[in-house]
Amino acid sequence: MTDLTASEPAPPARDREALRRWLRGYALLSPALSVTIAMLALPMAALLLLSFWTQSGFELDRTPTLANYAELVRPSAEPTVWFGIPFHLAYPVPAILMVKSLVMSLMATLAVIALAYPMAYFLAFRVHRHKALWIILITIPFWTSYLLRVFAWKVVLGFNGAINSGLKALGIIDKPLEFLLYNPGAVVITLAHSWVAFAILPIYVSLEKIDRSLLEAASDLGDSRWKRFRRITLPLSAPGTVAAALLVFIPTVGDYVTPTLVGGPGGTMIGNLVQDLFLKQNNAPLGAAVAITMMAIIALLVALFLWAIGYARIRSRRL
Amino acid sequence: MRGKLDLLWVYAGLFIVFLYGPVLLMPVFALNDGTFATFPLKGFTLKNFSAMAANTSMILAFQNSLKIAVFVAVLSTALAIPAALALTRFRLPGGAAIQSFMMLPLVIPSIVIAVALLVIILKILGIGLSLWTVAAGHVIVCLPFCISVLMSRLEGFDPSLEEASRDLGCGAWQTFWRLTFPLALPGVISSLLMGFIISFDEFVIAFFLTGTETTLPVYLFSQLRFPNKLPGVLALGSLILVGSALLVIAAEVIRKRGVASSNPGDL
Repeated sequence: MTDLTASEPAPPARDREALRRWLRGYALLSPALSVTIAMLALPMAALLLLSFWTQSGFELDRTPTLANYAELVRPSAEPTVWFGIPFHLAYPVPAILMVKSLVMSLMATLAVIALAYPMAYFLAFRVHRHKALWIILITIPFWTSYLLRVFAWKVVLGFNGAINSGLKALGIIDKPLEFLLYNPGAVVITLAHSWVAFAILPIYVSLEKIDRSLLEAASDLGDSRWKRFRRITLPLSAPGTVAAALLVFIPTVGDYVTPTLVGGPGGTMIGNLVQDLFLKQNNAPLGAAVAITMMAIIALLVALFLWAIGYARIRSRRL
Repeated sequence: MRGKLDLLWVYAGLFIVFLYGPVLLMPVFALNDGTFATFPLKGFTLKNFSAMAANTSMILAFQNSLKIAVFVAVLSTALAIPAALALTRFRLPGGAAIQSFMMLPLVIPSIVIAVALLVIILKILGIGLSLWTVAAGHVIVCLPFCISVLMSRLEGFDPSLEEASRDLGCGAWQTFWRLTFPLALPGVISSLLMGFIISFDEFVIAFFLTGTETTLPVYLFSQLRFPNKLPGVLALGSLILVGSALLVIAAEVIRKRGVASSNPGDL
């Protein structure tokens, strides 16, 4: 029914019919679309607008200015050195946290893909019975409270946590290991654990879609298992893997809960700065500028990444 | 060949342990008779759970979360049903772009959604923060999930059934209530449950947008700072985890069962 109206060049008599259908379709879409516009697009526009205003004490100065953005890149002769990287900035905190968040998020994403890919492969090629059960088993944790899953790692890694007390009880260590919690490493582990379930599904779907006869053909033509994996399975599952990586990378850069709970002073990320500027330092305009800049940088990096790997080409590849 | 197969099964086993291990420690320590979450376990107790009954601020937060979650689940699903119908049944020009736009909350960090809503509520509209503002924020994060669940359900059965119904003289409204809705019902229930869980467990948006009243995750977060509150936190956390897990299982089972019987012969 839908195929007919869309793909055939409609004769004039059916034009009005098609138009009526479209109008009905848009009418059905409009409630959800208006809500998304009102509660997502408009607030984002307001955030953008706010980033061009300035805060002076308790007053909001509504003169449009780029001062907040300028503040983020205001140069200074005295560089602040962070991990050997000199930041020639008068207010280096946002820049440093941005770089740090990107690096931590990237590490968590790589860990997620490394953990999720074999599991997705297992689901697609090894599980033959009770597949739905396995998938439910893997997705349950993703739907349960994010806050609690992060908190669980505090219980695991803490000074008085499960690992420390367990090792002490076993007589392996005398004093609790303090390096476990409150550092960027703990944040990366926790992020990877929280997001890994979310990444399995897209990879699994792309693996499941691979035509099994291609694999047989490769084997028949003399490919070893590894060669077959590298030449067929890996390239054909690339779209799902890239999608999974982005689904993890994009939201984790701005994560707030994980660095707050397990990051400690050394593990803070850009999301903590946004929260701090909005709720504690009472400088919402600067916070808005930080949030907008963060989103712009993420979008730019994602676009660059997709362009660099030729994502459109990978996605359209059919074998 | 045989060795490789076993290796993947071993990996899958380890993976499940990694996925569930940290989370399952919470109920273990909640049932442990000790002030710290430490090994060796001291003994079995239910006192952490029974103490919750007397905790009025927690119960109040629980009620708030419950109210918000029910409201959000119903509203998001009600918005998602027509949207999912439009996106699956009408090949609309620009439909794909609209769909991508409505899926945006999935990839925007929730802190950005939270502060954006905070800005428009406080600085532009000038309304106070309340449970309503939390619910508004939750609708926006639940909507993409509800639309996805319903779309996959609607794509699962043959649109020619609806065409047949219309050919047999049913109007669009009648077709929807007598055919589409009953067939989509597993998806609708799944969408309601998903919306409920996401809203009930959501923390960041609630943290930013709540006024004087708190939701359960916000209450829980406020307790995390105090080491002496740990046993209570563990008990509450365990209950939330078990409750959410049961709801997720229900949602998934209903959705999967629906798909299995979606062929017209079962009508």
